[in-house]
Amino acid sequence: MGILEVKGVNKRFGGLQALGDVNLSVAENTCHAIIGPNGAGKSTLLNCLVGKLIPDSGSVMFDGQSVLGRKPHEINQMGISRVFQTPEIFADLTVLENVMIPCFAARDGAFRMHAYETVEAEADIRDMAMTMLEDVNMAHKAEEHAGSMSRGDKRRLEMAMCLVQKPKLLLLDEPTAGMARADTNNTIELLKSIRDRRTITMCIIEHDMNVVFSLAERITVLAQGTPLVEDVPDKIKGHPKVREAYLGEAQV
Amino acid sequence: MTDQTTQTGAIAPQADRSRAASGGFLGLGFRDFRLLMIVVALTLLAPFLLNPFPEGSAMAQFNAGYPDLMQRFVIFGIFAIGFNILFGLTGYLSFGHAAFLGVGSYAAIWMMKLVTTNIIPGIIASIIFAALFAVVVGFISLRRSGIYFSILTLAFAQMSYALAYSVLTPITGGETGLQIKSTDRPFLDNLEPGQIGRANLFGIDMRASQILEVGGWQFTFNVGYYVCAVVMILAFYMAIRIFRSPFGMMLRAVKSNQQRMNYTGLSPKPYTLAAFVISGMYAGLAGGLMVAMDTQVGPERMFWTASGEVVLMTILGGAGTLIGPVLGAGFIKYFENIVSKINSDILHGWFAFLPDGLEDFMVAIVYPFVGKGWHLTLGLMFMAVVIFLPGGLVEGGQRIARLFRRRKAADGATKSAAE
Amino acid sequence: MDQIIVQILNGLDKGSAYALIALGLTLIFGTLGVVNFAHGALFMLGAFCAVIFNRLLSLSHKVVDESRTDFLGNPMQVDVPYVHEWFGQAAGDALINWSVPLSILFAIPVMLLVGVIMERGLIKHFYKRPHADQILVTFGLAIVLQEIIKYFFGANPIQTPAPDAFRGSLDFGVWLGFDPLTIMYPYWRLVYFFFAAIIIAGVFAFLQFTTFGMVVRAGMADRETVGLLGIDIDKRFTFMFGLAAAVAGIAGVMYAPIVAPNYHMGMDFLVLSFVVVVVGGMGSLPGAVAAGFLLGILESFASMPAVTQFLPGINQIIIYLVAIIVLLTRPRGLMGRKGVMEE
Repeated sequence: MGILEVKGVNKRFGGLQALGDVNLSVAENTCHAIIGPNGAGKSTLLNCLVGKLIPDSGSVMFDGQSVLGRKPHEINQMGISRVFQTPEIFADLTVLENVMIPCFAARDGAFRMHAYETVEAEADIRDMAMTMLEDVNMAHKAEEHAGSMSRGDKRRLEMAMCLVQKPKLLLLDEPTAGMARADTNNTIELLKSIRDRRTITMCIIEHDMNVVFSLAERITVLAQGTPLVEDVPDKIKGHPKVREAYLGEAQV
Repeated sequence: MTDQTTQTGAIAPQADRSRAASGGFLGLGFRDFRLLMIVVALTLLAPFLLNPFPEGSAMAQFNAGYPDLMQRFVIFGIFAIGFNILFGLTGYLSFGHAAFLGVGSYAAIWMMKLVTTNIIPGIIASIIFAALFAVVVGFISLRRSGIYFSILTLAFAQMSYALAYSVLTPITGGETGLQIKSTDRPFLDNLEPGQIGRANLFGIDMRASQILEVGGWQFTFNVGYYVCAVVMILAFYMAIRIFRSPFGMMLRAVKSNQQRMNYTGLSPKPYTLAAFVISGMYAGLAGGLMVAMDTQVGPERMFWTASGEVVLMTILGGAGTLIGPVLGAGFIKYFENIVSKINSDILHGWFAFLPDGLEDFMVAIVYPFVGKGWHLTLGLMFMAVVIFLPGGLVEGGQRIARLFRRRKAADGATKSAAE
Repeated sequence: MDQIIVQILNGLDKGSAYALIALGLTLIFGTLGVVNFAHGALFMLGAFCAVIFNRLLSLSHKVVDESRTDFLGNPMQVDVPYVHEWFGQAAGDALINWSVPLSILFAIPVMLLVGVIMERGLIKHFYKRPHADQILVTFGLAIVLQEIIKYFFGANPIQTPAPDAFRGSLDFGVWLGFDPLTIMYPYWRLVYFFFAAIIIAGVFAFLQFTTFGMVVRAGMADRETVGLLGIDIDKRFTFMFGLAAAVAGIAGVMYAPIVAPNYHMGMDFLVLSFVVVVVGGMGSLPGAVAAGFLLGILESFASMPAVTQFLPGINQIIIYLVAIIVLLTRPRGLMGRKGVMEE
């Protein structure tokens, strides 16, 4: 029994079957990759996991509880964090504030009317955020305006915002898309270290096969909204069905 | 390891700053405390500051130190501070905040008509009723964002106005509005038969004034004004606390990225609703104070132009800044009262030093912008601010300050180079 | 039954005005992505075009009329409009009498010019700014425009009558087999409705059947892609702004006999027109027109004594009430497109 159990999930957009009978099981504290050609339904599946979309049928169980029908912030409070394809950060706030907000969310829940205390007085939250920033080598940028940073830095910041919540499951939507080679390698190293600590389960969508094969312990191949194969990376590489699905799209 | 040292080096000033912050007073950082003290000084000394010209001098018409106007400065200051908590922090542009002001006013006047002419219960009632109304309007309007939210709030405010004007006449007095009359018998007050109750604070009449004459100058110290001033200082202090609190940070997060907020386990709706209700309570407080100063109320107070006015004040001063709304409110109310009083005689007086033809020409040019035409000036000024100074007067001030600092720095550099 | 027809008819002229203003607002919003709070002021300027044109035609000078004497026995001075001298008495009077419809010819170039100047001079710089900034700057402009009009024409409404031929009412009921005098409808309101229908049809036809309109529609759907095709979309959008201004302007011209023009009529209509646009769905032209007529007719139904008896004051708030209900049940309005104004 995995920490994330997706069973028989279907999702239609008008006449398009975006997801057809998807089954997926992600074991706790492993790194699971979902790959597939464009339009295979990877992002749709992710959106169903975080409450952005509601599947037409099927079940999504996380840690023994159903996530269906819950709002995105409730699902996050259950322990699922998500890194977006284009970094979603608080662009008008400083880097430190960006990381402090998830700390508050983790401590105080979805809403708390803490209008009279000052942010300055919250030393433990500040320390928690600074420690996280040090972990991702961003402490020297703590007072910078988050919106004016480079794309790579924004991604790192978003990752820090997700990690500081100590999620049980971290969903990553193409975490290296559009990154320079050096940044990609840094990100791989960061994710590897997270994986090897064995405290967080990771589920990753990625086009860059280099990233996938250096991180993933299991891979699910999605094509036309249905899982084609699921196996360990070595078996996926030479799988005929995978070649077929990717034909003309990329060389695996 | 080298990485580590640079990091700690970078954190050090941060730690200093937080220590400096905790060294402030009233739970405020040093800079905020200084700002609060400036506001306190300005409001308490306003009777002096706003009357810089001797009575009877040519410039006396620019004096603004009379009670009625000073009261309006601070009351609209409160209104704008509250509006800024919603618009400045969360970015939700309400076009219907005058409705809360109106509800507060009606609640206060009924309190004074029925219970007591002491202003405290009236003001408390105005805050409570405005809050209740804001909960309802906010709960519905906040289901939409962007311009849809603006239109929803506008619709609610216009509905309140139309109803207050027509159907609710038994409660609102319709077009004529409500006043305290000689027939009103507040049950806590022991009024003589036929005596008209007067707004008071434990017996001190709001209209009582002390006049101080120094040379040609005349300064008026009005009880009502000081009551309003104290309330505004409290309101301003609470606004600073909200701005600096984790709650305030969440409101800025709402403005910045609601999607990320949701996926960070935070629910934006209650935060925005709380901000909406708080700003509605500020509006209600302002409405209550208006009644406490001038015991009457009419439905025009809720008309959408009144809502537009507070938007203007906030933007003009600088939305999202602490001091901006107060400045904007003062600026607009000053213009409304002083510029609108300038007539062609006064203009002729100003340009009398010019040759006759030129004098008439100058008067003809300036005349459309003053007196009854002050709205034109306001409109132009407002456009200019939005176009050139999106941050409002505060940003203008900061730019000037930066310019001076740079010049000073340049001066210092040349000096040291010369040495 | 006759009451219902009366109310529908009554709603038509107001609905026509809402629809015309909302159409222009939507055109501007759909093509330029700008929320124009000065659109009501354009409607008001149009109404004052009628006033100005009427005054121009009535310009007169004093002439001594030897055939008549005043009470002192001196020859009387009479005002003679220039048009009398130029075109003769009868034709001149006819011109003045028909000044309102004729002002359309005057208003179209004026309003086009106003629109183009506004877009080039101000709006252009606000394409990339937040909607709040657009609202605020156009709001400021609206104040300025109405204050200018107030300065020149005063604060009082100026009566601008329709041509004599359209004074009085049509006994509409007789046509439908009702008793005479049950359904009376002023001629001019009927004219206004047909006029509005023609303008709306004209705008739709223009967008539907001309290449220009096709490009504009494509631009409304996806501005960037159209720009990539090498089409200079900006120039067309400038013209669209002028067109929207002209539509609002002539809507104002023709409305002058119904409501005497005053400087704040634009603001009064603007608030309602925005509600109309939002109910119709931001960015949807048919939505704007449908919602305009719908709300106009609903408003007049709500004013029926039979209704106000049960729900006093409903006529004052019906539009806002409908707007709230529509927005809460259909977030994008009646015919709105997805993703518009939902930042």
